[in-house]
Amino acid sequence: MESNLLFQLIVNGVIVGTLYGVVAMCFVLIYKSTQVVNFAQGEFLLIGAWTCWWLVTSMALPFWIAFPLTFVFMLVFGIVLQMVVLRPLIGEPVISVIMVTIGLSIFFQAVMKSIFGVWAQPFPEIFPVKSVNVLGLQVQPAYLMSLVVSVVIMGLFAWFFKYSRMGLAMRATAFNQQVAQSLGISVKNVFAMAWAISAMVSALAGVVVGMVNGVSSALSFFGIKVFPAVIVGGLDSIVGAIIGGLIIGLLENLAEYADGQYLHLGNLYTVAPFYVLVIILMIKPYGLFGTKTIERV
Amino acid sequence: MAEPALKLDPSEILLSVNNIEVVYDDVILVLRGVSLDVPKGKIVTLLGPNGAGKSTTLKAISGLLGTEDGEVTRGNITFMGEDIANRAPEEIVRRGIFQVMEGRRIIEDMTVTENLRLGAFTRKDGGAAIRNDIDLVFNYFPRLKERTGLAGYLSGGEQQMLAIGRAMMARPKMILLDEPSMGLSPLLVKEVFGIIEKLCAETGVTILLVEQNARMALKIAEFGYIMESGKIVLDGPKDDLVNNEDVKEFYLGGDKERKSFKNLKSYKRRKRWL
Ligand SMILES: Nc1ncnc2c1ncn2[C@@H]1O[C@H](COP(=O)(O)OP(=O)(O)O)[C@@H](O)[C@H]1O
Ligand SMILES: [Mg+2]
Repeated sequence: MESNLLFQLIVNGVIVGTLYGVVAMCFVLIYKSTQVVNFAQGEFLLIGAWTCWWLVTSMALPFWIAFPLTFVFMLVFGIVLQMVVLRPLIGEPVISVIMVTIGLSIFFQAVMKSIFGVWAQPFPEIFPVKSVNVLGLQVQPAYLMSLVVSVVIMGLFAWFFKYSRMGLAMRATAFNQQVAQSLGISVKNVFAMAWAISAMVSALAGVVVGMVNGVSSALSFFGIKVFPAVIVGGLDSIVGAIIGGLIIGLLENLAEYADGQYLHLGNLYTVAPFYVLVIILMIKPYGLFGTKTIERV
Repeated sequence: MAEPALKLDPSEILLSVNNIEVVYDDVILVLRGVSLDVPKGKIVTLLGPNGAGKSTTLKAISGLLGTEDGEVTRGNITFMGEDIANRAPEEIVRRGIFQVMEGRRIIEDMTVTENLRLGAFTRKDGGAAIRNDIDLVFNYFPRLKERTGLAGYLSGGEQQMLAIGRAMMARPKMILLDEPSMGLSPLLVKEVFGIIEKLCAETGVTILLVEQNARMALKIAEFGYIMESGKIVLDGPKDDLVNNEDVKEFYLGGDKERKSFKNLKSYKRRKRWL
């Protein structure tokens, strides 16, 4: 019985961990290609989730149309955000740019609240069943979908950076912007692309979590949990981001288990990842996969 | 108005730099009226001591000056008859000029093939043509073909070959080569320069070769310019330069102590750019 619960929590951990991994990957993508630490990453989830929710409820579109439409909207949103807000900041000190992303985070939260209100809104039922049985475990269909889509996205990322022309250009830009420019790459376009992909893919996580927990500003907190994932993995490693996400997802669930079974401290699991973060950084200051000269891959 | 340096038929000239002045950070004047012409399909070399402004000249042409807060503040640069001064580097690559920067600057965390594919970034003619050209590069540089690991692990000579191969991948009309001999053994320099010469002869690509190794550069170039302190101080066909007493003494001579043309009484500095 109890080992069954443990197993269930591990599966949950892997599922949530992959989502963390996907969002962490998006964060790293922006950091690697543009050297911007994006504190508004969580708001991408929020905006994506509200957009999809609005399309499904107010516009009464079927989910399978609303979901891709959300992606398209976020793609455009990312490009516009980069062009209007971040492009003029190129060359400004890192700290100013960080302050701007913190400002963006607060701004987007406020805008979402003013449009959609402060209460969590449930997603209409998308799937006909509440949970599906996978190897004797009860899994919410939204999570199952999230796992599948996350894995597909990770595969697409791998393909994109290994084989596509634009993916190579983004890696070249991450390596050295002047070298990239000497090859005829427009660094501005690469930056816009990084923000666009990051916003779009983060929105996926937002929609999935919104489907399970309802859409509310709590989604930004999901974005904050991605920081330990990113830092554990190493700020500049995409693979590290995924593994970091898995570690954080598992830890959260294992901490919940430990707390429920033995410790009874209550809510321990929400902060456990941060303790682990501190411990890992004490042992490996650049994260598990980070490089010491952090500009390099 | 500047008189053409090499008395070329204007239709033969691919690139013409006319009396340019370059300033870094709005205040540091580095090039003080540089002019040079590069005829189509030839190798032209730009020689001179460290700090003369050779790399700056190349960056002015390729537009990379902008990435270092530099600017062409006077004069113009025409490529195939159009002014290209102060344009974005990606536009200049698209127009057909590709710079191989000093120190090779290959992307160390990518494979040889990935570096080569990036060279073709601005091309629109599809995967098959690009794969073909990768094979072409491997024909010129067979030893690159065997290297399957990351480019960062290549030797200096191989990295230089990769940098040149990557330039070929763009199918440029003109390649700007900045000190390809830097840090290479004499044997490797010979090999690399041999390939550069072959490249020009076989593909018809025009090459502007910046070098400190005047002896090697004048072996493969048809024309040469000599630059000191931001100005061209001497130019001419290769044979004129090789037989010039001053060039012999200061650039080709055995004695390592290089004096400056400026302190030389016997050498009448030409002032035709003024
Ligand atoms: N990015 C830069 N900012 C300011 N000064 C520079 C820059 N690059 C080069 N210089 C200066 O311009 C002069 C010429 O440099 P450079 O063109 O690199 O010479 P060369 O390639 O002939 O050795 C040097 O005095 C150098 O200090
Ligand atoms: Mg130089």
